[in-house]
Amino acid sequence: MSSAASNTGVRVEVQGLRKAYSGQPVLKGVGFAVEPGEIFVIMGPSGSGKSVLLRHIIGLEPADEGEILIDGRSIAAAGVMESYRMAMVFQSGALLNSLTVAENVGLYLAEHRLKTREEIRRIVREKLEIVGLKDIEEKFPAELSGGMRKRVAIARALVIDPQLVLYDEPTSELDPISSVTIGEEILRLRSRVGATSIVVSHDRDFAFGIADRMAVIREGEIVFIGTPDEVRSNADPFIQQLLNPERLIRRPADRPPNSTVVPP
Amino acid sequence: MLRHIGELILLFIATLKALPGNLWNQRTKVVEQLFEIGNASLLMVCILSLFIGGVVALNTGPVLVERGLGSAIGGLVGISVCKELAPVMMAILIAGRIGSAMAAEIGSMQTFQEIDALRTMNINPVNYLVLPRLVAITLALPALVLLSIIIGWLGGALVAANNYQIAISFAAFFSNLRSVVGLEDVVDGLIKTVAFAIVIGTVSCQQGLATRGGPRGIGRSVTKAVVNSIVLILILDYFLTRLLMNFGK
Repeated sequence: MSSAASNTGVRVEVQGLRKAYSGQPVLKGVGFAVEPGEIFVIMGPSGSGKSVLLRHIIGLEPADEGEILIDGRSIAAAGVMESYRMAMVFQSGALLNSLTVAENVGLYLAEHRLKTREEIRRIVREKLEIVGLKDIEEKFPAELSGGMRKRVAIARALVIDPQLVLYDEPTSELDPISSVTIGEEILRLRSRVGATSIVVSHDRDFAFGIADRMAVIREGEIVFIGTPDEVRSNADPFIQQLLNPERLIRRPADRPPNSTVVPP
Repeated sequence: MLRHIGELILLFIATLKALPGNLWNQRTKVVEQLFEIGNASLLMVCILSLFIGGVVALNTGPVLVERGLGSAIGGLVGISVCKELAPVMMAILIAGRIGSAMAAEIGSMQTFQEIDALRTMNINPVNYLVLPRLVAITLALPALVLLSIIIGWLGGALVAANNYQIAISFAAFFSNLRSVVGLEDVVDGLIKTVAFAIVIGTVSCQQGLATRGGPRGIGRSVTKAVVNSIVLILILDYFLTRLLMNFGK
């Protein structure tokens, strides 16, 4: 990763990606392209294959069929993943619990021996300040709130100076105000380093707030790709239901007799 | 079963390959692991070894004395502790105490996506997690076994001197021990110990990395790490003993 030539974002192309677990198809020929510096949001209900898709793009899972290209080069080819700076912000943050916040954020630089200890300390402080965190360097992840952990995970991604950042449900478990902060961080990261961002989310307001383009995924298939306005105006009933869910919860006393299912 | 053995061999080879380029970089973690192992097991090693030596003397002493062979007790305790009991018992103790902790820690990291996070940062989990643990246990276990041998002998001598059915003095015990036990016997025990340490480290790390299925999966990995390590230690013990006997001839 350290040998990447530029700070600008990369082009990501997913072609006919298929994946099945125990014979159960999860991705059914997914294909799309993300342009350099673009913020591309993948929206869909839980269990539609969004996170699995991200894990394939970052190379954590091998595809059954199909290909993922970074700047036209297949990530399956030797040395391709190592020649780009990529980072992933996991849904849980995935901070190393046995390390302090400072050690977590500076892990990439320390392990690859890219900077001196003093420089790493300075960079860690700087990146934590970017995500609005101060004086928490010596704390352990278990001592942080969910929102703080997410922001530390973003700071850890920033340290890599990434060309591609993948975010897996960055606003899950967060209150609406923290979600806005995370959204602003993603936009700021793009404007600072020009990184390409692929964001998986089912948070409608968050997705429309940050996306340049969006893909809607349903049961492992992309059903629509377009700008936020195009997605909003799409008449597909599934997309409309996803964007404007009828959230009516009936109390048990209001249910008709013998009914065991809460209607949508 | 065969798949597990294959995975173990592959992990061990990958760790060996990573050694030359990464050992110096990972030295801090090796020292941390050494401290963890020592801190967690030193007291237990001392207590266990004292009683192992003592119980061997207690079981064999009266029988030997009855047959007029009481003076041979030093050699008997000496050989059995240094060639067999200290290496095997300490390896089993460390498999339970340290191997389980290794499997649990790595398994927990696997479950909570920390290892995925390492991979996305292009940090090889073998270099970062397995190598320091394997090196540390390979250094620590022989040192602990050496200590165990000395304390085991001491335990045997204490029982031999103080048990009225044996009543062999300290001096007589160690005089016989010196005449029977040679440096090569201690070295044989330590050679076996190094092999046991590699087994514990590799099995525990492999089980940790293979963890699937949340907290219950961590529990399964820990159990498998300990049970598989002990089974492999006992099987390996027989073959190594046989091999070392042939070399000794």
